[in-house]
Amino acid sequence: MGIPKDGGNGLGAVLSKIATDGRHGEDSPYFDGWKAYEENPFHPAQNPDGVIQMGLSENGLCFDLTEDWMKSNPKASICTAEGVENFSSIANFQDYHGLPEFRQAIARFMTRIRCGRAKFDSDRIVMSGGCTGACETLVFCLADPEDAFLVPSPYYPAFNRDVRWRTGVQLIPINCKSSNNFQLTLPELESAYEEAVESGVNVKGLILTNPSNPLGTTLDRTSLRELLEFTSRKKIHLVCDEIYSATVFSSPEFTSVSEVMHEVECCDPNLVHIIYSLSKDMGLPGFRVGVIYSYNNTVVSIARKMSSFGLVSSQTQLLVASMLSDEEFVEKFLEESPRRLRARHRKFVRALGEVGIGCLQGNAGLFFWMDLRHFLKEQTFEEEMRLWRVIVHDVRLNVSPGSSFGCPEPGFFRVCFANMEEGTADVALGRIRAFVSKREHDGEKKRKWGGNKMLRLSLKPLRYDENNILTTMSSPDMMSPRSPLVRARN
Amino acid sequence: MVGCSSDGDGSKVLSKIAMNGGHGEDSPYFEGWKAYDNNPFHPTQNPNGVIQMGLSENQLCFDLIEDWIKNNPKASICTADGVENFRNITNFQDYHGLPEFRQALAKFMARIRGNRVEFDADRIVMSSGCTGASETLMFCLADPGDAFLVPSPYYPAFNRDLRWRTGVQLIPISCHSSNNFQLTLSDLESAYSKAIESGVKVKGLILTNPSNPLGTTSDVDTLKALLEFTSRRKIHIVCDEIYSATVFAPPVFTSISEVMREVECCDPCFVHFIYSLSKDLGLPGFRVGVLYSYNDAVVSTARKMSSFGLVSSQTQLLVASMLSDGDFVERFLGESPRRLRDRHRKFVEVLGRVGIGCLKGNAGLFFWMDFRKFLEEETFEEEMRLWRVIVHDIRLNVSPGSSFGCAEPGFFRVCFANMDEVTADVALGRIGAFVTRWHGDKNLRLSFKSLKSGDENNNSLSMTSPHVMSPRSPVVIARN
Repeated sequence: MGIPKDGGNGLGAVLSKIATDGRHGEDSPYFDGWKAYEENPFHPAQNPDGVIQMGLSENGLCFDLTEDWMKSNPKASICTAEGVENFSSIANFQDYHGLPEFRQAIARFMTRIRCGRAKFDSDRIVMSGGCTGACETLVFCLADPEDAFLVPSPYYPAFNRDVRWRTGVQLIPINCKSSNNFQLTLPELESAYEEAVESGVNVKGLILTNPSNPLGTTLDRTSLRELLEFTSRKKIHLVCDEIYSATVFSSPEFTSVSEVMHEVECCDPNLVHIIYSLSKDMGLPGFRVGVIYSYNNTVVSIARKMSSFGLVSSQTQLLVASMLSDEEFVEKFLEESPRRLRARHRKFVRALGEVGIGCLQGNAGLFFWMDLRHFLKEQTFEEEMRLWRVIVHDVRLNVSPGSSFGCPEPGFFRVCFANMEEGTADVALGRIRAFVSKREHDGEKKRKWGGNKMLRLSLKPLRYDENNILTTMSSPDMMSPRSPLVRARN
Repeated sequence: MVGCSSDGDGSKVLSKIAMNGGHGEDSPYFEGWKAYDNNPFHPTQNPNGVIQMGLSENQLCFDLIEDWIKNNPKASICTADGVENFRNITNFQDYHGLPEFRQALAKFMARIRGNRVEFDADRIVMSSGCTGASETLMFCLADPGDAFLVPSPYYPAFNRDLRWRTGVQLIPISCHSSNNFQLTLSDLESAYSKAIESGVKVKGLILTNPSNPLGTTSDVDTLKALLEFTSRRKIHIVCDEIYSATVFAPPVFTSISEVMREVECCDPCFVHFIYSLSKDLGLPGFRVGVLYSYNDAVVSTARKMSSFGLVSSQTQLLVASMLSDGDFVERFLGESPRRLRDRHRKFVEVLGRVGIGCLKGNAGLFFWMDFRKFLEEETFEEEMRLWRVIVHDIRLNVSPGSSFGCAEPGFFRVCFANMDEVTADVALGRIGAFVTRWHGDKNLRLSFKSLKSGDENNNSLSMTSPHVMSPRSPVVIARN
């Protein structure tokens, strides 16, 4: 049925501004490539020529460990014969403090990830609807509409929605440079801060994602200290998204903001906050286990009241509490998961290196930051999009273009590697090799024939698929309700 | 690392939303919990403790659900039978939700309404309980400063859910005991005109049907008249139907979804309802909320917003399985109202015998008790004084009408479905004893009259802010 823009009662629009301003961000290219995957998803046996999903940051390498644990620990569930005695009390439990054992287990787990270098207080643990909910709730606590948070760019695209959409808060990207591996520097932060303040913006804080999405790198200790010192002096908040903290698979070791606080003399804990989730480290995005951890008592108290808008299901709390209280399991997981991530990462990076494709040297995350600048005819974002379409439609890999992360320099792509089986990874690598070699061959031909017709043709933005249907860049509006595009967080 | 106890100049460091008390936890609604918290009743360990009657929970049918769980191991990803789904389910975060989850909910909601209407699974949007659903709907329908009308008395947490982070206003429409607190068309017309004249932008009306705290269902003609009004004014109507399956006596529940087709000028773009499994099924811990809108843009936008509060995938699977079991649903929807009716009748009859009247209710997990005769004066101060007597003297945590914004003092909401039979008997015994003493003992009435604040031990009962409550305080319930 049609939606009237104006209710006709003289009272303006039928829906709210928030509902109609598009700030949910789903019209960005970040979401567009999903359609290609949706319509033609790869399957090793049933659809070996389909599009391989490499745009979804998921940790699919350790399901066996959590599954095995589940099989061996029926008491953790309220649905098993062993655990059903807890059914009534758990199904009835809606206290927004959460199960004490849940908070304790999460606190211990977060401490263990940091090898005990920082200790977490379970009374500061506040539940949320994944990191998505944690981020939004924290912003509601810290900032008023029109206030701003600075964020180093490239950054996780859904911050546009989580930080801004319903809160009315602004995000000011700080462009980082390839010349220093896109690491945020103190001068860049200072400069961005000054510029914002001079233009009359009320800067409330800085958001760091560490380990970084999309870069797959960790922030070094010195830089983290400098950034914390800056925010402390300016009396603005520092929010650290540490959702990938347990995906660090090689050196340097992860340093959490919780570890450097005591090294920064002017640090005011009231301005330091961490958000976390089990979606990436444990590969449990469906469980919606988000955490806000603040060193500010008022924020803990208020965020806890707000958590009513996104509590963790009590049966999930119990399950997670049991799992993360099992120290043996946690030890095994925290050793094995990074090992598998490292092996998979290495496989990709080496294979790409062999065909002359470089990646940012990463040590964490479920993706790597691939450099395809040398594939661009011109260093423009139009070229980047054109190249992306080739990758999606010709090479049939759904990767994410750097522009969707607000990357200031064209030619970079985030490639997820942990959401697939070994066989699929091999196919993906095979396709990349084939693409590069064909390109070189075409390049040869071009040099031989003195024209670049072939190359231009192969980079056509439109193509006819096997059903003779012209496919173009589609907007999410056309997507069916079952589109996997609509992930909570990826 | 020790956190700081003060955040310095909080007004600048934190947001206005964080500092404006809009969470509503400083209201009396939450205060009585302390008395319960400090001295909770237990039939053997603490038989003189405070009995919790302020928590709207449905604990009468856990056995039915537990039995189903025991017989349906495949519904869980944690059992030997169901663990093959572990991987897929733990990885599933699509905000459309599991199709079977939406379909099962659509069927369940239709069945509750006697299959007089059908629901489209594609219009079902997940939320974190009804708490999340109502807030999300406000974010979709109204801008800061806009207002929704709400008949009073109403569920206190609406103040938080609808207003706190959205900036939307709530304008109560006071209803009267003279007509059983039912909202009339003229009350609505009058409140609407008054709001408009004072320059307020009214975006809609919120109804809770069955009503919390009254425990009554809206009659069909009134519902039609209200829907016709909102349709003509082109404002939204949001119906909270969270208690739809707790209707235990006539009249039969009529949902907004049923009257839509009977109101000719009704524009579906303005009709929405919210639902949850927390009350009907007694599963508040699972945080299963539903936002159902007949407006496509609202469905689409709300679905994107649902990322902030999705239902845990393992819970979706469990609920999908349970509610797809037609036999179970039939049995539950037959048995639950029956048990509610019995418990309700028990209370109302006993209270009636000692001269305490209740609003004639046919739904919900509570009844609306009339204690006006115990007030020396018809004032809210008297109501609070009486409430303190009930909490500390009779040792029952009930909820004073003022916490629901009731315009007339002397009414209390009393929850009856969150306790076992034994506790119910103890509660009734205490009320009976109090009333007997009241009638027979002039001194009691006089001493009550001079009671300023405090219980028998003269402990001062100030307005306790939740800040002093221990982290394990049950006051901090998500929704009750």
